[in-house]
Amino acid sequence: MTDTLPDDNTLTEAGLAPEARTGRVLLIACGALAHEVLAVKRAGGWDHLDLQCLPANLHLWPDRIPAAVEAAVAEARHTYQQVFILYADCGTGGLLQQKCRDLRVEMLEGPHCYSFFEGNDRFAEIAETEITAFYLTDFLVRQFDAFVWRPMGFDKHPELIQMMFGNYDKLVYQAQTDDPVLDAKAQAAAERLGLAYERRFTGYGDLAVEIERIAAR
Amino acid sequence: MADEDDIILSELNDEELVLQMHDDLYDGLKEEIEEGVNILLERGWAPYDVLTKALVAGMTIVGADFRDGILFVPEVLLAANAMKAGMAILKPLLAETGAPRMGKMVIGTVKGDIHDIGKNLVGMMMEGAGFEVLDLGINNSVEKYLEALEAEQPDILGMSALLTTTMPYMKVVIDTMKEKGMREDYIVLVGGAPLNEEFGKAIGADAYCRDAAVAVETAKTMVARKHNTL
Repeated sequence: MTDTLPDDNTLTEAGLAPEARTGRVLLIACGALAHEVLAVKRAGGWDHLDLQCLPANLHLWPDRIPAAVEAAVAEARHTYQQVFILYADCGTGGLLQQKCRDLRVEMLEGPHCYSFFEGNDRFAEIAETEITAFYLTDFLVRQFDAFVWRPMGFDKHPELIQMMFGNYDKLVYQAQTDDPVLDAKAQAAAERLGLAYERRFTGYGDLAVEIERIAAR
Repeated sequence: MADEDDIILSELNDEELVLQMHDDLYDGLKEEIEEGVNILLERGWAPYDVLTKALVAGMTIVGADFRDGILFVPEVLLAANAMKAGMAILKPLLAETGAPRMGKMVIGTVKGDIHDIGKNLVGMMMEGAGFEVLDLGINNSVEKYLEALEAEQPDILGMSALLTTTMPYMKVVIDTMKEKGMREDYIVLVGGAPLNEEFGKAIGADAYCRDAAVAVETAKTMVARKHNTL
């Protein structure tokens, strides 16, 4: 199992293949969670967990996530006793949950990573009062241009910012780590979108809780 | 287009101009669309023909290419922006000249959801297809939907959601309509990125519409069927 990660662009476009299949349990995660999953794994010393990541940019086409997960699970079953899917619903409208049920594998609870980093219960509580918030995580702050600015066409057509973000009023940076560089970058992203800025430290939230639960099996 | 600057729209014949307007819509060229609309009107075209043959037909190509993954949201938005500019010229004229009326729709994004790109596209394409559209905007409670239904008496209620967390609210609206005995009075169409046909059926909608073009076709078919049964 590798403990060093490729750069964020690779995690976005290609994901992470498990280089050495040494563990008993495979975590199939979104590439946007690679750093966080490895951090939690290292902190717990759980060498029996291997990590494979699917390209983070699948989020630009959520309808492709269930099929990508299915293919990864099919391959992993030759090697691993247990497979766990580190995706929430992620805009699949319940289709990923259905797919995981069919494949008899478990997945994360919650609608998306913003929710499980905050803690699903806490996120549900604040959701109603925060509907005009746009969220970024550590990964998304680092990949803001690749995930937001360029795919939305803002680099070529800044007039689209108002059309797409006109109903938002603030950008909430859900910080998994304390990093002043990311804080500044998130604040700059808020300014570029014309939104107010708020930084909220979440740590790894329910992601850490779930990985710990899997590791204890 | 590489030779865009060389094309003088007023020098094209009607057929060429309409095709050029389809290209210009595809490229999201707002000013060119406004110019094209004005030229066709000056040549004596009926506003309804300009709308359907130049704008709606062009936007249908955009919609098909979006569905096929050739175009993406930014391109569609730019095209929509261009179409909107053309429609702004045509709208008052359509009212004067009495364009065909297909029916009436109340549309809005559900409570807790502020996303309106898809909804706005649907509203615009429905207007282009001859429907009168009352747009309730974003973050609509069940009360607001019902109030609009009672006040406007539309043929269709359209609900939109982008979030997995907000799409179940559509069922709240439909269930309330059932409780009040008014569900069968309206065609209920739902749409939004995380929805699918199964979800539409499960919540009791009449149809899930995967994009604006499908919404228009579904609306036309269902309104015609509804009127035939009256």
